[in-house]
Amino acid sequence: MIDARGLSCPQPVIMVANALKSGEAEYTVMVDAVTPKENVTRYAESHGYAVSVAEADGEYTLTLKK
Amino acid sequence: MTSTKKDKLIIIIAGLVIGVIAASLVLFGNPKNMGFCIACFLRDTAGGLGLHRAAPVQYIRPEIIGIVLGAMLCAFAKKEFSPRGGSAPMTRFVLAFFAMVGCLMFLGCPFRMILRLAGGDLNALVGFVGFVAGILVGVVFLKNGFSLKRTYKMNTGEGLALPIIEVIIFALLLAAPAFIFFSEEGAGPGAMHANVWISLFAGLVVGALAQRTRLCMVGGIRDVVLFKESRLLLGFAAILVAAFVTNLVLGFVNFGFTEQPVAFNDGLWNFLGLFLVGFACCLLGGCPLRQLVMSGEGNTDSAIVVIGLMVGAAFCHNFGLASSGEGPTAAGKIAVIIGIVVVAVIGAINTARKEA
Repeated sequence: MIDARGLSCPQPVIMVANALKSGEAEYTVMVDAVTPKENVTRYAESHGYAVSVAEADGEYTLTLKK
Repeated sequence: MTSTKKDKLIIIIAGLVIGVIAASLVLFGNPKNMGFCIACFLRDTAGGLGLHRAAPVQYIRPEIIGIVLGAMLCAFAKKEFSPRGGSAPMTRFVLAFFAMVGCLMFLGCPFRMILRLAGGDLNALVGFVGFVAGILVGVVFLKNGFSLKRTYKMNTGEGLALPIIEVIIFALLLAAPAFIFFSEEGAGPGAMHANVWISLFAGLVVGALAQRTRLCMVGGIRDVVLFKESRLLLGFAAILVAAFVTNLVLGFVNFGFTEQPVAFNDGLWNFLGLFLVGFACCLLGGCPLRQLVMSGEGNTDSAIVVIGLMVGAAFCHNFGLASSGEGPTAAGKIAVIIGIVVVAVIGAINTARKEA
């Protein structure tokens, strides 16, 4: 679980990039703005993860699956 | 993959449109290689409001107002307007202040750096090398965990404060009361400007396009280095190509280091000026254009950055730190060195080594 709420880019992507190094099959990332949602999605997809997004109350929960 | 390709195509088209608009504004009256310059235009606006009294550079620039409002309207339309703030505002103010010191050493923000390149000003190439070097240093801090900590949700009034101020400033431009300063004809760059409505419209379009694409000159280079992500850099390149071609058509291209408009030929200080800008803006998370756009999206930390840039510009002209076509000033050189040290200290004290 990566909590990147309130952080602006590139920090959320750096956090995800660091986490992906451990190579797990699934990650959960929380962000609260559209730009990090897009950027994390773009980064994860380019590293072989499928991304699904759930939105609630202006916050986004991204599920990254290998 | 297709969505990535589509994203790239969109930012290239947006960059091409922005490049044509920027070069065309010179035809309509803006200074050469300065269709847009966020630093110069904030500086002119600070002068128009009387925050500094440098007579050649006083004019309320509608392009700035248009960018903030265009980004805001676009953000509302896309339900992306999101008032937030509280992420180290004073630190951001100081970073912005010194980013402006760097911009006014070089005589331009990163956006104008591209437009100067597109006009054949090779001094901007030296500046570009400094800009990249500054970003690379900033990236080292980011990789080691630099953070200005998180933002929090704010109320709508807080998020609208800067856009409302921009509307009021625009009203002052139109009303032109006696306490607003305008450079007199022939006095300098401040006297050279397109029609108010053309400038405002250009700003609105650029603000909207930059909001949709998240265009950022600093982000372009940073993302390639950090993530091998070229999307933002493509926007950057598209502006360069479009502005260059438009300049060719309009006969504005003049390759060389000397006799360049509103520029000087001192490699070291062109380099160090934009080094400071790249470094400070990398820690701020975006170039001056991007800060204007984010402030239009309700980001009050970016609004503080805009105010910091304006105060920095006022100081630069009140204390003789800003360069001119003649070259840098001694005080300006000292200010740039101090700025690099201050930004490095801010970088160090906000970097927590990440746990393994």
